[in-house]
Amino acid sequence: MAKRSAPEVNAGSMADIAFLLLIFFLVTTTIETDRGISRKLPPIQDENVVPPVIKQKNIFTVIVDRNNRLLVEDEIMELANLRKAAIAFLDNGGGVGEDGCTYCQGAKDPAASDNPKKAIISLVNDRKTEYRTYISVQNELVAAYNELRDRESQRLFGMDYLDMEAKYNDPNFRGNKDKLETQLNQVKEMYPQLLSEAEPKSS
Amino acid sequence: MSKFKKKKSGELPAISTASLPDIVFMLLFFFMVATVMRQNTLMIENKLPFADQVEKLDRKELVSYIYAGKPSERYQQKFGTEARIQLNDKFSEVKDIQNFIYAERESKREELIPYLTTALKVDVETNMGLVSDIKQELRKAEALKINYTTRIGEVAKNN
Repeated sequence: MAKRSAPEVNAGSMADIAFLLLIFFLVTTTIETDRGISRKLPPIQDENVVPPVIKQKNIFTVIVDRNNRLLVEDEIMELANLRKAAIAFLDNGGGVGEDGCTYCQGAKDPAASDNPKKAIISLVNDRKTEYRTYISVQNELVAAYNELRDRESQRLFGMDYLDMEAKYNDPNFRGNKDKLETQLNQVKEMYPQLLSEAEPKSS
Repeated sequence: MSKFKKKKSGELPAISTASLPDIVFMLLFFFMVATVMRQNTLMIENKLPFADQVEKLDRKELVSYIYAGKPSERYQQKFGTEARIQLNDKFSEVKDIQNFIYAERESKREELIPYLTTALKVDVETNMGLVSDIKQELRKAEALKINYTTRIGEVAKNN
């Protein structure tokens, strides 16, 4: 038999095939990661446990009604003012002696919270409240805590709280993680996030 | 004379496309590596609210997703316009959430279980009643770490 040279495979359509795949992956790609407000739910309480008594002045009530209106400490408030009001309440530091707060810069109003460690924000929703309002309120309250924590960590360590947290969560961070953790915990302890959510009321 | 003429008369040489496949393959590999496939086909409207105090949700394998919102148009005839929960690829009831969480836990390695997070992707128009029901079920299932997935922006954009 005559020896035939093997015919060369035509590679001209390779580009077309590659384009096809490329377009498929282009369409299915989502590069961005999800972001959101992280929260921790309280574990289910034993019904026999008696809830601790909390002084009324240490509670900051935020009620959102079915028409998405805000009622803060029995007064109607716009969402834009909520952050300021929450900061004023948390940072009040009206306590004296043992309950006092040495780092607070608030108005020291005896009718508002004694100490940020005792100040509780209580959020009550209606079952008809829209999710968008709920998230807005959550966001503003978290922002109030973050702003105060930023201020304190800036004063004590010269760094923003959120930057510290980001560094702490960064696996490539080369610095001293233990030191960072104690610093973070110190700031967290000064302004603990005490945000309580009641079961929504149906009306 | 003729020598010079010969040089000038040449047409524009065609651009070689031989390296085109290489370029395309390069792009292809980039997108193949960067791709994350959509896990669930959404059967509900899912317009997320805006927020700016957000944290990143890294490690996708540790996140289970709960969607809620009103059924999208082509399911409205069958399921109505009342907001519903979607787990995986089907509409579900509130009571299915616990089993969903247990199934998610089952599929993960044991040492990762404490780090599991539940991401709530809830449409802006949903009522809080449904969201609280979901949260209540999550508490019962002891899936306490949650994340309200949002888009990034001022809250003023929510209205």
